[in-house]
Amino acid sequence: MSRSDVLVDAEWVEAHGNDPGVVLVEVDEDTSAYSKGHIRGAVKIDWKKDLQDPVRRDFVDRAGFGALLSERGISNDDTVILYGGNNNWFAAYAYWYFRLYGHTAVKLLDGGRKKWELESRELVTDVPQRAATSYTAKEQDSSIRAFRDEAIAAIGKLNLVDVRSPDEFAGRLLAPAHLPQEQAQRGGHIPTAKNVPWSKAAQEDGSFKSDDALRALYGDEAGLDFGKDTIAYCRIGERSAHTWFVLHELLGQANVKNYDGSWTEYGSLVGVPIEIGDGK
Amino acid sequence: MSTSAAPGAAGTAGDGCGAPAGGTALTAATDAGSQAVVQGHVTQNGSPVPVGYARLLNSGGDFVAEVPLGEDGGFRFFAAPGSWTLRVLAPGGVRAEHAVSADIGKVTELEVAV
Repeated sequence: MSRSDVLVDAEWVEAHGNDPGVVLVEVDEDTSAYSKGHIRGAVKIDWKKDLQDPVRRDFVDRAGFGALLSERGISNDDTVILYGGNNNWFAAYAYWYFRLYGHTAVKLLDGGRKKWELESRELVTDVPQRAATSYTAKEQDSSIRAFRDEAIAAIGKLNLVDVRSPDEFAGRLLAPAHLPQEQAQRGGHIPTAKNVPWSKAAQEDGSFKSDDALRALYGDEAGLDFGKDTIAYCRIGERSAHTWFVLHELLGQANVKNYDGSWTEYGSLVGVPIEIGDGK
Repeated sequence: MSTSAAPGAAGTAGDGCGAPAGGTALTAATDAGSQAVVQGHVTQNGSPVPVGYARLLNSGGDFVAEVPLGEDGGFRFFAAPGSWTLRVLAPGGVRAEHAVSADIGKVTELEVAV
């Protein structure tokens, strides 16, 4: 796995974004961003309405994911280029979804919407009309998704990476600073977790740091043992999807799972150990 | 915890990391409740800057959160009490930085001219 397998740059998108067999998809935290302007030809996926089960706390199921992509006009053999705001935060989450349901030809636009906007590249409001397809999703790939029991069993044994901000890690905040402070019952982190805020993997323009810088960040600075399996978590599993992308897709770590239940689940469980205070 | 500080202002935030409130400002009359709100607008020559980003950095200079500016150049954060730095990025290499402090129950207003 190398960067060119999982990332494209703006020049590539300008040249190939509307080639047959290529589908641009915008996924934003700010779900209204798309309607204000998007890259020409891009369709939208709403991380919440489209990707989450409307009743249970879980993802859309295999059939639901297939129906969604069919309706958006995405085929099994299309190359999907994802991008979004905030350092590709939610685009990385969607990337993880595509991989979870077995779609291998998927890449991120490095830097996402922010870099594109800061470089004053073209955004349009025309919504493309794509003919429906019949997309068939595969079974979920359980090798990249962790559940709560695995997170508890990993304490003191595997790498646990808490990718929230230092204030959330310490228990002083329960949510990122641009959202109202609510959610889990208790603040803190899973014991033995290392705190590497997800955003440290990105440069200010939203593009990813170099492989060497990333290896130093997680290895030398944070003390992750690259010989061990890793579980990443945040609050609801999207920022940790970004870190999953870095560790698994960019650095090629073999066994990395995203614990999507994350702190909103763990911090509300009865009886599990919690550590508070700053990282060591 | 109630979100009475920002009725409807969190957009589609709901139970997730939904849309940042970007453009919709709390009114002056709004009570921040138990939140430590930092909000304001970014302007250039008196006009709103609708395309750009506001980032919140902690006292160590580390990135904490980022929101796209609203159409009125607006931004909002729900911070912890303490000292922060607000950094604005906009097309054309525009950058600006301001020190700001946040307190529980207080809406701290910041007008940023770039």
